[in-house]
Amino acid sequence: MTRQGKTWLVMCGVLAALLIARGLTGEGLGRVYVKKVEVSLGSEQVAGAQGVSQTIWKEVPADKATMKWVEWNQVAPKEFFAARAANPAQDSISLSWPRTIGLWLGAFFTLAIMSFLYADNIAYKLAEATVIGVSAAYWMVIGFWETLVPKLFGALTPTLVSKLVLPSLQPSDVVQQISMWVALVLGVMMLWRLAPRGGWIAAWPLAFIVGVTAGLKIVSHVESDLMAQAAATMQPIVEVVPSATGGTDWYATTWATLANALVLVGVVCGLVYFLFSVQHKGVIGGAARVGVWYLMITFGAAFGFTVMGRIALLAARFEFLFDDWLWLIDPNHLRS
Amino acid sequence: MILRRTIPIWIATLGGFVMLISAFGKPIEGMGESFAEVFNVIAAIAFVLGAGSLLKANLTKISRRDAGWGFAIVTLSTFAVTLIAGIFKVGVNPSRDFPLATFSGKQTTPESPFGWLYEYAMVPLTSTMFALLAFYVASAAFRAFRAKNLEAGLLLGTAFIVLLGRTFAGVILTGWLPEWASGLRLENLSVYVMQVFNTAGNRAIIVGIALGVAATSLRILLGVDRSWMGTGGDR
Repeated sequence: MTRQGKTWLVMCGVLAALLIARGLTGEGLGRVYVKKVEVSLGSEQVAGAQGVSQTIWKEVPADKATMKWVEWNQVAPKEFFAARAANPAQDSISLSWPRTIGLWLGAFFTLAIMSFLYADNIAYKLAEATVIGVSAAYWMVIGFWETLVPKLFGALTPTLVSKLVLPSLQPSDVVQQISMWVALVLGVMMLWRLAPRGGWIAAWPLAFIVGVTAGLKIVSHVESDLMAQAAATMQPIVEVVPSATGGTDWYATTWATLANALVLVGVVCGLVYFLFSVQHKGVIGGAARVGVWYLMITFGAAFGFTVMGRIALLAARFEFLFDDWLWLIDPNHLRS
Repeated sequence: MILRRTIPIWIATLGGFVMLISAFGKPIEGMGESFAEVFNVIAAIAFVLGAGSLLKANLTKISRRDAGWGFAIVTLSTFAVTLIAGIFKVGVNPSRDFPLATFSGKQTTPESPFGWLYEYAMVPLTSTMFALLAFYVASAAFRAFRAKNLEAGLLLGTAFIVLLGRTFAGVILTGWLPEWASGLRLENLSVYVMQVFNTAGNRAIIVGIALGVAATSLRILLGVDRSWMGTGGDR
C-alpha cells in the first residue's frame, strides 16, 4: 500500500471510531424528526368578480374533507424528546428515515469535497460527478416549470396547463401566442446544434439572444450604472452637518466634506486611469497614478470581503457537520 | 452566405434595437416585453441543449471506456434521477389552493425526491465547493502578496484593515485607543475605507464597465462586431 493509501486508511479509521464513540454517548447523532400533518380540504362555491361563481378550497374537519393527504414537517429534536417523555407510544413525531439518510449523505458529500484539500481521490471525484449531474438537471427542471410551462405551454396549450398545473392561468392574447410560436421555432432551431449536420441553423436563435442581450445591457448599464453613479458623484462637496444644539458640528462637517472631496478625486482619477487613448504623462499621468492607488485600495477591500464571505460559508459547513450531523454543538437550542 | 451570416446579423440588430427603443418609446414597449419573453423561453430551451451536450460528452466517454468513465455513469445516473423526479414532480402534493390540479404543488419541498436531492446533495456539494475557496484564496494570497511597492502595500494594508475591522480581533487590537483617536480604531477605519476609497474606486470601475458594455453592445447591434458568430467554420 502506498503512503497516501495508508494516510487515507488512518483518516477514515479515526473518523469511523469518532462516529461510533459519538453515537454511543448522549442522545446520539445525525437524526431528523418530522411531525405528521394531515391536510383535509373541502371546496366551497363563492361569488367571484363579475358575479361568476368560483371554487375555493379551505381546511375542513377530516370527516367533511373531499381531498386529503399527509405532510411531514421537520421539527427540532427537542420536540421529539419532549413528546416521547410525555407519551412513549406517541407517533405524531417520528424519525424520518429519508431525511436522516439525506443528512448523512450531505455530511459524506461535505467531507468528500473537503478531502480534496489533502489530495484528489475517489470520494471527491464521486462528489464532483454527482454535483454535475444534479445541478444540470436541477436548472433544467427549474427552467421547465418556471418558464416553459407558464409562458410557452400556457400560451400554446392553455386548457391543459390550467387543468393540470395552473388553474389561475390568465388567457393569453394573440400577440403572446404568436411570440410563443416564434420562441418555439427558434428554440427548436437552437437544438439543431446537436444534429450531425446543419449546425449553422442554431445561429438564428443565437443571434436573437445576442441582440436582445446587447439591447438590454445598453439600457440597464447606462441607466443603473453610468447615470446613477454619475448622479451619486455629482453632489455638493461641502456638507454641513448640524449639531444637537442647532448650530454647525464643525468636526463632522470637516470629515464629511473631506470624504466627499476624496470620493470625487477618486472617481475622476480612477476614470483617468481607464483613459487609454491618451498617454499617461504629466497631469494625466499623475491623476492616473492616484487612480491606481484608489483601485488598489478597492481591490484590497474586495479581497478582504471575498475571504470573509468564503470563511462564512466554511463556518456554515462546519456548523452543518458539528450541529446538524454530529450534535456536538447546539447554537440554536434545537436539542436542549 | 445570406442564411448563415446576413440574416443572423439582421436578427441581432432587430432584437437589440427593439429592446433599446422600447426602453424610451411607449408605442413599442409591448413589443419589447414580447421580445423579452421570447428571450426567456429560448434561454429555458437552451438548458435542453446543455443537457444534450452533457449526455453526448458522457456517453462518448462511456462508450470509449475513457479514463474516469465510471464517474460519467454517476453523472448520467444522478442527472436522470433528478430530471425524472423534477419534471414529473414525483411525490409532490398538489397546492392547497388548487388540489385538483395534479401538478400544482411546488417540487422544491424536501418531502419530494427532487427537493430531497436539492437539500441533501446539491446544497452541501455546491456550498462546500465555494467554501473550499477560503483555503485556496488564503494560500494564493500568502504566496502572491508581497508589499514590494506602494500599490501592493495599499492592497495588502486595505485587505488587513477590512478583514480585522470586521472581526473581534480588530476590536481587541485597537480598542485601547482613546476616544479622540477613535477614528483610527480598526472597525472605524474599515468603515471609512469602505465608504470613501472603496466607493470611489468601485464607481470608477462601474462607470468604466458601463461605458465598455454600451460600446461593445452598440458594435454588435450595428454589425461591426461579428465575433459572436464564430469563425464561420460551422458545418
